[in-house]
Amino acid sequence: MNQTTNEPHAQTRGGRTGRLIAYGLIGIIAICLFFAPLLFPDVRSQEVAARICIFIVLVASYDLLIGYTGIVSFAHTMFFGLGAYATAIALKQMGPGWDAVIIGGALGVGVSVLLAALVGLLSLRVKAIFFAMVTLAAASVMAVLASQFSDFTGGEDGIIYKVPKIFSPATKLLTDENGKVLTIFGVKANGKMAAYYFVFFGSLILYFLMLRIVASPLGTVLEAIRENEMRAEALGYKVVLYRTAIFCIAAAIAACAGILRAVWLKYTGPETTLSFAIMIDILLMVVIGGMGTMTGAIIGATVMSVAQFYLKDLMQLASEATAGIPLVPDLLDPDRWLLWLGLLFILLVYFFPAGIVGTLARKGHHP
Amino acid sequence: MKSLTTLVERLGGINLLPVLLAIIALVLIGSPSTWLTLTIAGLSMGMMIFLMASGLSLVFGLMDVLNFGHSAFISFGAFIAASVLAALAVWVAADSVLLNLLALFAAISAAALFGLVAGWMFERVIIKPVYRDHLRQILITMGALIVAEQIILAIWGGSPVAVPRPNFLSGSLIMGDVTIEIYRLFAFGLGLVTYMALHAVLNRTRVGLLVRAGVENREMVEALGFRIDRLFIGVFAVGSALAAMGGAMWAGYETLITGAIGSEMMIIVFIVIIIGGLGSIEGSLLGALMVGLMGNYVAFLAPKMALASNMILMMAILLWRPYGLRPAVK
Repeated sequence: MNQTTNEPHAQTRGGRTGRLIAYGLIGIIAICLFFAPLLFPDVRSQEVAARICIFIVLVASYDLLIGYTGIVSFAHTMFFGLGAYATAIALKQMGPGWDAVIIGGALGVGVSVLLAALVGLLSLRVKAIFFAMVTLAAASVMAVLASQFSDFTGGEDGIIYKVPKIFSPATKLLTDENGKVLTIFGVKANGKMAAYYFVFFGSLILYFLMLRIVASPLGTVLEAIRENEMRAEALGYKVVLYRTAIFCIAAAIAACAGILRAVWLKYTGPETTLSFAIMIDILLMVVIGGMGTMTGAIIGATVMSVAQFYLKDLMQLASEATAGIPLVPDLLDPDRWLLWLGLLFILLVYFFPAGIVGTLARKGHHP
Repeated sequence: MKSLTTLVERLGGINLLPVLLAIIALVLIGSPSTWLTLTIAGLSMGMMIFLMASGLSLVFGLMDVLNFGHSAFISFGAFIAASVLAALAVWVAADSVLLNLLALFAAISAAALFGLVAGWMFERVIIKPVYRDHLRQILITMGALIVAEQIILAIWGGSPVAVPRPNFLSGSLIMGDVTIEIYRLFAFGLGLVTYMALHAVLNRTRVGLLVRAGVENREMVEALGFRIDRLFIGVFAVGSALAAMGGAMWAGYETLITGAIGSEMMIIVFIVIIIGGLGSIEGSLLGALMVGLMGNYVAFLAPKMALASNMILMMAILLWRPYGLRPAVK
C-alpha cells in the first residue's frame, strides 16, 4: 500500500510513529466521509464532503503520473472535464436515466483514453519537460473549444440537467411504516443521501483500484522508470509504452471522477471541471499530501478543501482589519487567495518536497 | 524525387515551411488582397511571439531549465508599458512624431528594464535552488506564475486596461484593396531588428560563442574554465527582458489588456518553441512565424479553430520531427 514499507532504511522508530499518525488521520477522514450525511447534514458541508471524495480520486490518479512515474501532465482537468461533459451532455440530450449516465460516461472515458494515448505516444518519447508543455497546450485548447462550441457545451454558462430519479431530493430512500421518509439521527434518508453514497462508493472503488495498480508489477515498473529511466529501458522495459499506459489509466480514472462530479453537481461548466484553477488545486493537493504516496492524496485533498473554505473567510477579516493601509487590503482580498496558496506552494516544494505523508513516514531521513 | 529533395534543400529546406503555409492559404482564401493583409498581420504577430519565445528557448538550451513562469514577464511588460503610456498621455496624443517615439521608447524600455531586473531576481530566488531537478522546476515556476498573476490582479485590478497607441502608429496604409495597419509594420520591423541583433551577438561575439557552446555541451565549456552559471544569469535576464518587450508590443497591438494576457500568450509560446526546437533562436523564429501565419489564416477561414489549429500544427510537426524543426539540443 505504501511504498516506504519496502525500504529498509525507513523502518526507523520515527518513521513508524509517523506512519501510524498518517494512518490514524486517514482513518478519521474515512470515518468522517462515510458518515458525512449524518455528521454534517447542512448543505455546504455536504458539498465539501462530496468534493473531497471526488478530489481524492482525482489527486490519487494524478499522483500515479507525477509521484509514481515522474511525468508532469497539465492535462488532468482535460480528462476530468471530458468525463463530466460527456455525462452532462448525455443526460441533457437523452433525459435523466441510467442509460444516459452509462453511455455518456463510457463515451467520456473512451475519448479520454484515446486522447491520452495520442498525446502520450506523440510526446512521451522525448523529454519529460516537452510533455508538460504539450499537455498544458492541449488542456487550454480543450478549455477554449468547450467554451466556443456552446451549442453542445453551453459555453461559459455550462449545462444544467436532471440526474436519475433516485438522486432527486424528493425520492424516499427508506420509508417507515407510515410510508414517510425515514429519518436517521434527524437526517432524512432521501435522494440527496443516495447521491452522496453514489459518489462515496464510486470514489472508494476507484481508490482501491489505484491501490491495486500501485501494488501490482506495473506499479513497480513505473517506480523503476521514475528512479532511473535508462536502467529500466536497459532491463528490457519499453519506457514509452509503460508511460503511455499509465497516462491512459490515469486519464480514464480522472474521467470517471468527472462522471461522479457531473452526477453530484447536476451542473457542468468550465469553472467546475476544465478551468486551470482546478489543475492548480490538484497540484497543490498532491504536493501537500506527498508525491508518490497514495495515502497522501487523501490527506492533501482533505486539508486543501477544508482550508479553501476557511482561508477565504479569514482573508475577508484580515482585509477589513487592514483597510487603512495602501495595497495590503488588496493583497488580502478574498479574491487573492490564490496568491497565498501560490506562495505556500513554492515554500512547500522548497522545504517539504515529500509532503505531509512523506515527511511523517520518513522522519529523520532525507529522501 | 531525389533532385526535388536537393532543390528544396538548396532553397532553404525546412525554412520554406512558412512560405508553403502561405501558398496553401492563398489557394484556400482566394482573394489576394485579403491574403496579403492576413499575411502581414501574421508575420507581425509572429515577430512579437518570437520576442516572447526566444528567451525561453535559449534559457532551456543553456541550462536545461524550463521556466513556466516566463509568461509573468510578458504580462508585467504589457501592464508596465500600458501604465507608462497612460502616464505620458500628452506625448502619446501629440502630433509630433518625436514625442510619440519618446513615449513609445520610454514604455518599451521601462518594460525591458523591469524584465532585466526581475529576471535576474527571479533566477536567483526561484530557479537557482532547483537547478537540474525538472519536476521541482516545473512546480516552483508554476507557483511563481500563480503568485505573479495574482500580484498583477492586485495592482492593476481585474478589469481590462486600455493601452493608448502613439499617434503616428495608429491608422493604416491603404494600397489598392490592401489595408495594412502601421502598428503591424512597426512590430514586424522591431522584431526583425531584435532578431538580427540576437543573431549577430550569438554568431559574431565571444559571449555569443560561449552561449552557443554552452547550449551544445555545458560540461565541456565548464571544463574549459568558463563560468556557465554566470553566463546563464545574463541570458535569463535578457530573455526575460525580451519577453517583457514582447508583452509591451503585444499590449500596443491588442490595445485592451487583461490579467489573462500572460497565460494566453504562454500557450502560444510553448507551441512555438516545441515547433521550433529548444535552444535555437532560428527555430523560435521559424516556429513563431508559422504560428502567427497559421493563427491569422485560420482565424479568417474558420474562426473557432484558431487556437486548435496551432495545436494540430504542433502535433503534426511532433509526429514528423519529435524534437522540433531546428533543435539545438536533444
